[in-house]
Amino acid sequence: MIERAHVLICSGSMCVSRGAKSLRDEFEEHLTRLGIREEIKLVNTGCVGLCEQGPFVIVYPEGVFYALVKNKDIKTICEEHLYKGRIVEKLVFDETINENKEITAFDEIKFYAKQTRVALRNCGLINPDDIEEYIARDGYRGLGKCLLEMTPMEVIDEMLASGLRGRGGGGFPTGLKWKFAHNNESDQKFMICNADEGDPGAFMDRALLEGDPHSILEGLMIGGYAIGANKGYIYVRIEYPSAIEKLKIAIAQAKEVGLLGENIFGSGFDFDIEIRLGAGAFVCGEETALIASIEGQRGMSRNKPPFPAAKGLWGKPTIINNVETLANIPAIIFQGAEWFSAIGTERSKGTKVFSLGGNIKNAGLVEVPMGTTLREVIYEIGGGIPKNKQLKAVQTGGPSGGAIPESLMDLKIEYETLIEAGSMMGSGGMVVIDEDNCMVDICRFYLEFTVEESCGKCTPCREGTKKMLEMLEIISSGEGTLEDIDTLENLAKMVKNSSLCGLGQAAPNPILSMLDKFRPEFESHVVEKVCPGGVCKPLIHYEVLDNCIGCTQCAKNCPVDCISGSVKQLHHIDTSACIKCGVCKNICPVDAIITV
Amino acid sequence: MKSLDDLKKIRDKAQAKVTMRGKNDGIRVLVGMATCGISAGARPVMNRFVEEISKRDLEGVTVTPVGCIGECAIEPIVEILQGEQRTTYCRVTEEAVDRIITEHIQGGKPVQDYVIGKYRL
Repeated sequence: MIERAHVLICSGSMCVSRGAKSLRDEFEEHLTRLGIREEIKLVNTGCVGLCEQGPFVIVYPEGVFYALVKNKDIKTICEEHLYKGRIVEKLVFDETINENKEITAFDEIKFYAKQTRVALRNCGLINPDDIEEYIARDGYRGLGKCLLEMTPMEVIDEMLASGLRGRGGGGFPTGLKWKFAHNNESDQKFMICNADEGDPGAFMDRALLEGDPHSILEGLMIGGYAIGANKGYIYVRIEYPSAIEKLKIAIAQAKEVGLLGENIFGSGFDFDIEIRLGAGAFVCGEETALIASIEGQRGMSRNKPPFPAAKGLWGKPTIINNVETLANIPAIIFQGAEWFSAIGTERSKGTKVFSLGGNIKNAGLVEVPMGTTLREVIYEIGGGIPKNKQLKAVQTGGPSGGAIPESLMDLKIEYETLIEAGSMMGSGGMVVIDEDNCMVDICRFYLEFTVEESCGKCTPCREGTKKMLEMLEIISSGEGTLEDIDTLENLAKMVKNSSLCGLGQAAPNPILSMLDKFRPEFESHVVEKVCPGGVCKPLIHYEVLDNCIGCTQCAKNCPVDCISGSVKQLHHIDTSACIKCGVCKNICPVDAIITV
Repeated sequence: MKSLDDLKKIRDKAQAKVTMRGKNDGIRVLVGMATCGISAGARPVMNRFVEEISKRDLEGVTVTPVGCIGECAIEPIVEILQGEQRTTYCRVTEEAVDRIITEHIQGGKPVQDYVIGKYRL
């Protein structure tokens, strides 16, 4: 019997970590008890995108969007909605209820209405463990079109015409890269999918691998056909166990139906894909280090040229494409370059997936057309900053990018405009920084990361990042001088110019961009010895204001008992004993404790 | 996978798995499934709709259980939504389902014998 309703359960890592794993069991139990198990189809999907509100359950055909679902809610959803047809209003995501108190389908809310989903077209909509659902959504038709109707050169021309550029951050035209590898004669060539997503705060690739693994396989195969490779590798970090599992299932299913293997579609084209697991070193996202790692060597980068397109894996021409780039490719081939290039701007075509994080209401995964402004992404899709705080900046490109200040929020998102603003597209992490964050502290956080991740091969990166971190620590402790800031800037420029690979070349970017845009904030740390964001511990202390109601909550919760005061009396903090943990400030019901 | 036709076959077969997800602009069959509807026999009626629609391979027709609209005395109530047009049937039996599908959903002509208006007169 065919099911009358589909229940989609978001099973992206974010929702699983918030307890989505057992939701399916609950559904099984209650639907069976009500005797309607056969009428309802349960589907575990990939990331739906609005991670802040997860776990989600979406019920079709109505498209009802339940958010923040807990195990105990499943009984109600089964009994009320699925059995009796009464939508459980109190569990429905409140933004799907419009002014007339009507419940709308989830894709009509602001978060989705502003998005254009190309790479994420199937994410959260299909069961990633079922190849048939991917095929039903026109999956593998792009591959079929390539193999049976197009020559490799025509595929490359189509990619060139589409204007697709590398989504890993560099923005190099994909078609051009393919053309280089295509023109290099060799008995053997390789396609590699770079799924070594390492930026703190970025999770686009993971969501794609978990939610739509077949689109990656299809993208790899199309690339293989275009450049003349019949072997593909997916390099994915072992920190993504769920993505690895989905990939394995997808590869096995594709082999079973004959979409991977020999003589695909009777065209004479063979292709095989293997998964290679990385240990999670950030530098292995760099092409040459990634290749070294696949070859079994220590993950360290080397000089370019020769570029991998000429001499890559095992010395053979190799193309390395990012996950999101590959996910776009089947759609471009199937729907045509013209369709794709109509999306976006003159210089940057198509869409870009961002993982929205930091101080923002709707943290999650979004895909917008190029040319969308940062303000639209943050305020209309992201819902703005919690507690209506003032936006200070947006960090794009993670530890390799820079901060874009509030004054530039109307900037259109393009590869070039972001570079002109002192940042970069990066792989798509977007961290929102508000008035209560300290720029020195954020720089310090990113430098801690790069110091840890530097492979140590070249001196500027190995030593330079460490020295920069030490200087930032001195500045944030209030013991720095104006001269230290100048030295830091000089060193940052030096490391940027002299490092061997992208890791070291980009590591100073957060410092340089923040010094450019937020220099006064650095200066107040060393001149007035004040941290404007109220973050750097050596420079702050807590005070109780007169509106203290004497509830004693702060005194009870202080871990070092440095707050004195009795019931209904003004409390007092002994700053000499205070460890500046901030517990009192967070717990105060009347906001009477402030950072000074 | 020997040819594009093989892929198309899988695709056509699998379409039913996913067409329900996304915008549904086709005909919607709403079956009143509150306690009153269920006790009056709405469940076999709804099942019959689902079965017949899949058996006859009708595209774009979805069946949705809905709550009570207040006319508990004349349940099971079934509404057919087609664009702006709404037809409400009452005291629907399994036999009536076959007629509604054949004459209304496929034929485009509401089955007057079960339309709610008759009972109001």
